[in-house]
Amino acid sequence: MGKTLAEKVWESHVVRRGDGEPDLLYIDLHLLHEVTSPQAFDGLRIAGRPVRRPDLTLATEDHNVPTTPGPITDPISATQVETLRRNCAEFGVTLYPMGDAEQGIVHVVGPQLGLTQPGMTIVCGDSHTSTHGAFGALAFGIGTSEVEHVLATQTLPLKPFRTMAITVEGELAEGVSAKDIVLAVIAKIGTGGGQGYVLEFRGSAIRALSMESRMTVCNMSIEAGARAGMIAPDEMTFDYLRGRDHAPTGAEWDAAVEAWSQLVTDEDAVFDNEVVLDAAELTPFVTWGTNPGQGAPLGSAVPDPETMGDDNEKAAAQRALDYMGLQAGTPLREVAVDTVFVGSCTNGRIEDLRDVASVLRGRRVADSVRMLVVPGSARVRLQAEAEGLGEIFEAAGAQWRLPGCSMCLAMNPDKLAPQERSASTSNRNFEGRQGKGGRTHLVSPLVAAATAVRGTLSSPADLEPVAADAGAGQEH
Amino acid sequence: MEAFTTHTGIGVPLRRSNVDTDQIIPAEYLKRVTKSGFEDGLFAAWRRDDTFVLNAAPYAAGSVLVAGPDFGTGSSREHAVWALMNYGFRVVISSRFADIFRGNSGKQGLLTAVCSQDDVELLWKYLENHPGASVTVDLASRTVTAGDIVASFEVDDYTRWRLLEGLDDISLSLRHEADITDYEAGRPAWKPVTTPR
Repeated sequence: MGKTLAEKVWESHVVRRGDGEPDLLYIDLHLLHEVTSPQAFDGLRIAGRPVRRPDLTLATEDHNVPTTPGPITDPISATQVETLRRNCAEFGVTLYPMGDAEQGIVHVVGPQLGLTQPGMTIVCGDSHTSTHGAFGALAFGIGTSEVEHVLATQTLPLKPFRTMAITVEGELAEGVSAKDIVLAVIAKIGTGGGQGYVLEFRGSAIRALSMESRMTVCNMSIEAGARAGMIAPDEMTFDYLRGRDHAPTGAEWDAAVEAWSQLVTDEDAVFDNEVVLDAAELTPFVTWGTNPGQGAPLGSAVPDPETMGDDNEKAAAQRALDYMGLQAGTPLREVAVDTVFVGSCTNGRIEDLRDVASVLRGRRVADSVRMLVVPGSARVRLQAEAEGLGEIFEAAGAQWRLPGCSMCLAMNPDKLAPQERSASTSNRNFEGRQGKGGRTHLVSPLVAAATAVRGTLSSPADLEPVAADAGAGQEH
Repeated sequence: MEAFTTHTGIGVPLRRSNVDTDQIIPAEYLKRVTKSGFEDGLFAAWRRDDTFVLNAAPYAAGSVLVAGPDFGTGSSREHAVWALMNYGFRVVISSRFADIFRGNSGKQGLLTAVCSQDDVELLWKYLENHPGASVTVDLASRTVTAGDIVASFEVDDYTRWRLLEGLDDISLSLRHEADITDYEAGRPAWKPVTTPR
């Protein structure tokens, strides 16, 4: 019987297999950030252990960093970042600190440096490590004990995952994007549907996605409960990697491409489970509740908890509506927001910013809305500036910020106030995720931009056309 | 890691599903660089609500949490496990745990016991009708006992063995250092390194 993509990558990394034990898996790349690593370095110090492979380890500062100019003012945040700097210096780990040209959100930095490559095993003390699966890598989030384990041994003991195919066939309609695909998948299988699985996204609609869109899809695999999501590498993957700082060159490039080309699920391989979606049926998708599975098409209404499964589900949905301050039956397009956040490891890449700029060009953010546009990395910011996107954001009345995790999680100065409502391109709408009492609707970059203009949840199709003299027609 | 064999303590009924790790401990509490002191952040938002279960005196000293399905979803933060343990919890019972949370718990000695949802419902009713009642969780026999309720739970064999013995994963892996070195010798030369070019 053939093997799935995930099984092939797994098998090629088994260091040791013993009866009744988990497999010991080799880790090709270990990414670090300031929040989940300090206790791991402490553990090494206590045990007198070195970092086994500092050359396979990379750190960046992202969660705590302010996105306005100047140093970190919160002393506890500053200590955490200082601790990372000290640990990296002591253990010989490369670090891209605030202000460095390579700094950014860890899951944006890895791919743009060309460090994320097909067939690798990649881990980070961060659940959105699943992002890197877009390259056909087996990439997943780990806890701090596992961070220490990888630092010390460059391996992890792991029980094999089951495999689930998420097949999306057909063509997406205009205005429908990768974010809508993955929100629809999560709504379909639920936040626990992927537990114990590696998801493999496949089908013509997935093949047609750019690398950055594929990253958006894989990024949110964890919101369906799956530790990892993968997409088989293809010419689009190789084109993205060619010439990047850490991509192989010359004869090594040829050898790598030959190896990478084997990384497809065999025809006769069997998945443990399969879910099929028709791309043509997808429309812009938004969340209405307090977990990423509580989503619905933008064109629908806030659902009625009474229509949900059992009593526990009804209660959970009602609880979510109470928290969100929503009434069942309200058309989602009538929900007014206070803040629009564009950014995060889900949607903080250059193509996301281009999408947002394509909507904002010649338009204004509604007076009732504050809009933050936060690039995922310093390089993304530079690229956006070079393309004139920063000017478009500022001309529209949005705040054009410095790179970081920003308002994706309430750990730096970018937060929602209690009861403040946001449309956010990030990945989690949990209670308080963006700030105590804050209310989050997860959306795509296109929906975020249109929402900023109209002030209520909207797609670009809801907007009046831009007048010809207002700067329209400047396609990038 | 401290070994886990059996534990008896006050059971806390948490009638909520999808308890994500942002609820267990919000991001603003993740800034410490130690593994202690996280009890203040445990369920921080919910504890501001007087009706929250841990604010009821009989449950405040609880050490066995009985929760709805999909406990520990979301962020990989091990701080969620530290917060539960710093507060005093030694066991969480649920019908389904998120993978990363369950893994993190196993590394720290917090037992994640998987019971059927029917048994969780029985435990909820019992603990609500008997506030402050004890629950005994026996890892060797994989049973939960509370009043007349005797329920079995699942935990994978390897985690159970490690918990019973109190074994540290890193030492176990380092026993195989020669295998790791052998594997490294066979890695393709084109695999990337992080050293700046």
